[in-house]
Amino acid sequence: MWMSELPPFVIFFVAALLALAARGWLRAVMMLATPIVGGLHLWFGIPVGTLLSVPLLEFELVLVRADRLSLLFGYMFHIAALIAMIFALHVRERTQTVAGLLYAGSALGAVFAGDLITLFIFWELLAITSVFLIWARKTERAMRAGQRYLIIQVTSGVLLLAGALVHYHKNDSLAFDYIGLEGISGTLIFIAFGIKCAFPFLHNWLTDAYPEATPTGTVFLSAFTTKVAVYSLARGFPGTDILVYIGAAMTCFPIFYAVIENDLRRVLAYSMINQIGFMVCGVGIGTALALNGAVSHAFNDVIFKGLLFMSMGAVLYRTGEIRGSHLGGLYKTMPKTAILCIVGASSISAFPLFSGFVSKSMVMTAMIEEGYDYLWLMLLFASAGVFHHAGIKIPYFAFFAHDSGIRTQEAPRNMLIAMSLAAVLCIFIGSQPQYLYGLLPWEVDYWPYDTTHVLAQLQLLFFSALAFVWLNKAGLYPPELPSVNIDAEWLYRRLLPAGLRTTERGLMPAWQGFNAALSRQVNALTDFLLRHHGPSGTMARTWPTGSMALWVAVLLAVMVLVYYI
Amino acid sequence: MISSAVTLQLPALQVALPLISAPLGLLLRRHRLVWALAVVVCWMSLAISWLLLQQVLAEGTISYAMGGWAAPWGIEYRIDAVNAYVALIVTGIASVVVPYARRSVEQEIDEGRITYFYVLLLLCFTGLLGMTVTGDAFNLFVFLEISSLSTYALISLGRDRRALTAAFQYLIMGTIGGTFVLIGVGFLYVVTGTLNMADLADRLPEVTQLRTLHTAFAFLVVGIGLKLAMFPLHLWLPNAYAYAPNAATIFVAATSTKVAVYALLRYIGSVFGPVISYEDVPFGEIAIILAVIGLLSCSFVAIFQSNVKRMLAYSSVAQIGYILMGIGLASKTGLMASLLHLFNHALMKAGLFMAVGCMFYRIGSVRLDDLRGIGHSMPWTFAAFVLGGLSLIGVPLTVGFVSKWYLVLAYLEQDLWPLAFVILFGSLLSVIYVWRVVEVAWFESPSPRAAEAREAPLAMLVPTWILLLANVFFGVQTELTVGVAGLAAQILTEGLR
Repeated sequence: MWMSELPPFVIFFVAALLALAARGWLRAVMMLATPIVGGLHLWFGIPVGTLLSVPLLEFELVLVRADRLSLLFGYMFHIAALIAMIFALHVRERTQTVAGLLYAGSALGAVFAGDLITLFIFWELLAITSVFLIWARKTERAMRAGQRYLIIQVTSGVLLLAGALVHYHKNDSLAFDYIGLEGISGTLIFIAFGIKCAFPFLHNWLTDAYPEATPTGTVFLSAFTTKVAVYSLARGFPGTDILVYIGAAMTCFPIFYAVIENDLRRVLAYSMINQIGFMVCGVGIGTALALNGAVSHAFNDVIFKGLLFMSMGAVLYRTGEIRGSHLGGLYKTMPKTAILCIVGASSISAFPLFSGFVSKSMVMTAMIEEGYDYLWLMLLFASAGVFHHAGIKIPYFAFFAHDSGIRTQEAPRNMLIAMSLAAVLCIFIGSQPQYLYGLLPWEVDYWPYDTTHVLAQLQLLFFSALAFVWLNKAGLYPPELPSVNIDAEWLYRRLLPAGLRTTERGLMPAWQGFNAALSRQVNALTDFLLRHHGPSGTMARTWPTGSMALWVAVLLAVMVLVYYI
Repeated sequence: MISSAVTLQLPALQVALPLISAPLGLLLRRHRLVWALAVVVCWMSLAISWLLLQQVLAEGTISYAMGGWAAPWGIEYRIDAVNAYVALIVTGIASVVVPYARRSVEQEIDEGRITYFYVLLLLCFTGLLGMTVTGDAFNLFVFLEISSLSTYALISLGRDRRALTAAFQYLIMGTIGGTFVLIGVGFLYVVTGTLNMADLADRLPEVTQLRTLHTAFAFLVVGIGLKLAMFPLHLWLPNAYAYAPNAATIFVAATSTKVAVYALLRYIGSVFGPVISYEDVPFGEIAIILAVIGLLSCSFVAIFQSNVKRMLAYSSVAQIGYILMGIGLASKTGLMASLLHLFNHALMKAGLFMAVGCMFYRIGSVRLDDLRGIGHSMPWTFAAFVLGGLSLIGVPLTVGFVSKWYLVLAYLEQDLWPLAFVILFGSLLSVIYVWRVVEVAWFESPSPRAAEAREAPLAMLVPTWILLLANVFFGVQTELTVGVAGLAAQILTEGLR
């Protein structure tokens, strides 16, 4: 008799409690067993249409609402949790294990939440549990980055709660279904989702905090938070037109930052925003094909981005170094990691037969079908950019390029197993996409490997070649990419920033003026608060008894006067 | 039937038991014995108030004629859902605080004075319970004075010399407040010739045109406002809370202002009736304006405080702002939110002050500087503080969420959007001041004092955690609080529109 009444997150939370006490091999077994048991429970015990709710105040909190959309994300999180757990098996620190389990559990709670209050609770739990994965790095930078991360994430939750309240007042329902952008509630919830989804200008927490986490922590982080946000958007705002434009912006702007960034995990963080951009576009288009594309791309992204973060985590773990300029030549000592990293890089670049191809092409096709021609071009440009900064730059700088002289050893066995698992999945999904397509929430007859789609892929390659040629002519790019040497590296990291700086200088006076005005206002406000509310301010001082009594008299007089009128 | 004879006397016992035990404590002299007596009395009082509440819920209002003198002439104790609920708050808090107090008091107060501490605490307890159960306007004033006088003395027992000036200031302000209440009651007597609250409620609607009545209302509101620390009458409170002995701070912060709020509710909801209070005089509007200013201003002050007890004291004034916002709204949901917050704020603030008391017990200071790194040396204590802080902020699954939820709903009901946002903004401010403590205690390297500290003794830790788990329990299981508060709000808004 299988307990189908058990919400999926409970297994993880209970395991986290037990992990507090367990140690050694017992804990290792538990870390591995949790996602496996949870996955089996989800696969066999929770059919489509399961509903489970508990009462709180006058509401029913819907803890489990299982339909094909939430189940797909549920499966995906279990796979991600399993891979991340294997990857983190060598970690002896209890905090990270417990935080990882709680974090994965919160993500499950959020995607199965059927009402906005439950969603809010897990939304905040995601923030609170994940920050420990950043703090576990124990550097000053990580502490600070974690605090900034927490503040932004909690703010997102507060906005969500405010939106939920207004939504409840307006519609007399807390159900988490289609919300739409209408009214203040829709906007508040949209911004809350947008923060977690790393919309442009709301994205800084991601590139700030993810690269500061521990090698294993980043793998966890990359899998859950943003994917929960994509799920929430797909649930609450499918077909919202503005998302297409936001998504297109998200695919393009990180490319420039990724190109000039030296910290390879930060490059991946930017590339993550770029990939989420494709999903957001898919959600924004809102057709069955586009939504399928968005969620299947989320599914694939968890695996291949996880693989890339794992390979960089392994490099960081072995060498203690993650700056592109200080790495290189590691293929000699970490050949297996290098090969696995290249598999991840091929997937993210959407090479045919790798997983990125089968999902990204769905979004692109849907875009053309719905007539977003210019945005489609932007996405093409972004695809080329991905190919460059994630497909080429990451493996190239870490494992090839100039030999940095670092001689280390192959990644630990558990890391290799985790990475191999992810790599196998990447190729399997890429070559046998029918299994993934069979799980997708909406009925769609789509097959990527036919003439038109191969043609589309050829166009993509052609376009990226064109981009190379154009950049070459404009003198912004090294003449030959594969033979980038230290001289050419200078172009990356000096010339491009210099170009950016020139533009920046042009805009500087206006920006400075705005900044100065803003900071004057903020300063004036802080001064006012400090003067009146600070430790020795009027409001906080100990008053003479006479003045206190005077206030009593004043208030009495006012009241009597007002009551007489 | 003995049991039914006892049941009939419960309203009197609620007050008489602690009243008699106070002088008994003086006779016992040995402070351990007095402590044990106080614990027993508090627990028995809790049982009594629980029985009374059950009786009220089952049979409706209880009227008890003191000494057999029938109502308008004799003193009547009149218990309905409103004061049964408040009595439960007071006795419940006392039952947890007094066991906690033993270790804390032995460290903070001179050996010879400990007996007096418990005696004063029992007297204060008597006064607060008397204010709660009595149905007589003058009797309420008498109990108000009993509780106030004993509170002044309790505060002056603080080891910090500033406790003396704080107690003195509170004495002056409290006396002014008491006098105002007396003047208000006097005016009411002049126009109606009665002191019984139910009787007053019958007669006042006949004389609504009289200015005397409005003046009485103003005096009563300001007088009680002083006791409940309504902004800007709160100035006595921060120092009194900050420098009193920790056990006294916990007890007074969690109960005294709550009972004063009850007295205010009783006057506006029962004696004057909601029609006079909200429609004849603009009490609601004034209360909301003062509440909002107090809420924001005191939250800002709390953010800048370096003494954690003083910070929590300012936060208390801010929280009273929430309660007044609910009262000022003149709607059933608003009053219900206020009544819920009475209960919930008592739980969270007592829990927080207890956690701070544990830290004080080990390091002898509550300055932020000295609390650096204390989260590592006293993990359980500090975890309790964080839980209390979450409740104060209003995180779901804690009591803070329940009352804020209803308060926001009450404001949305009336389409007062901006004020609903003020409530949420207030929550954000409390995130800041709670976070300041968390940041210092968890992320900074330990101060010399914190480095040497050990975990607080179990005798203090267990009561602290009982209260904080109650924060979670009543945050999830809201049947009792929401049910009774709803019923009480119903009673207080009868006749309104």
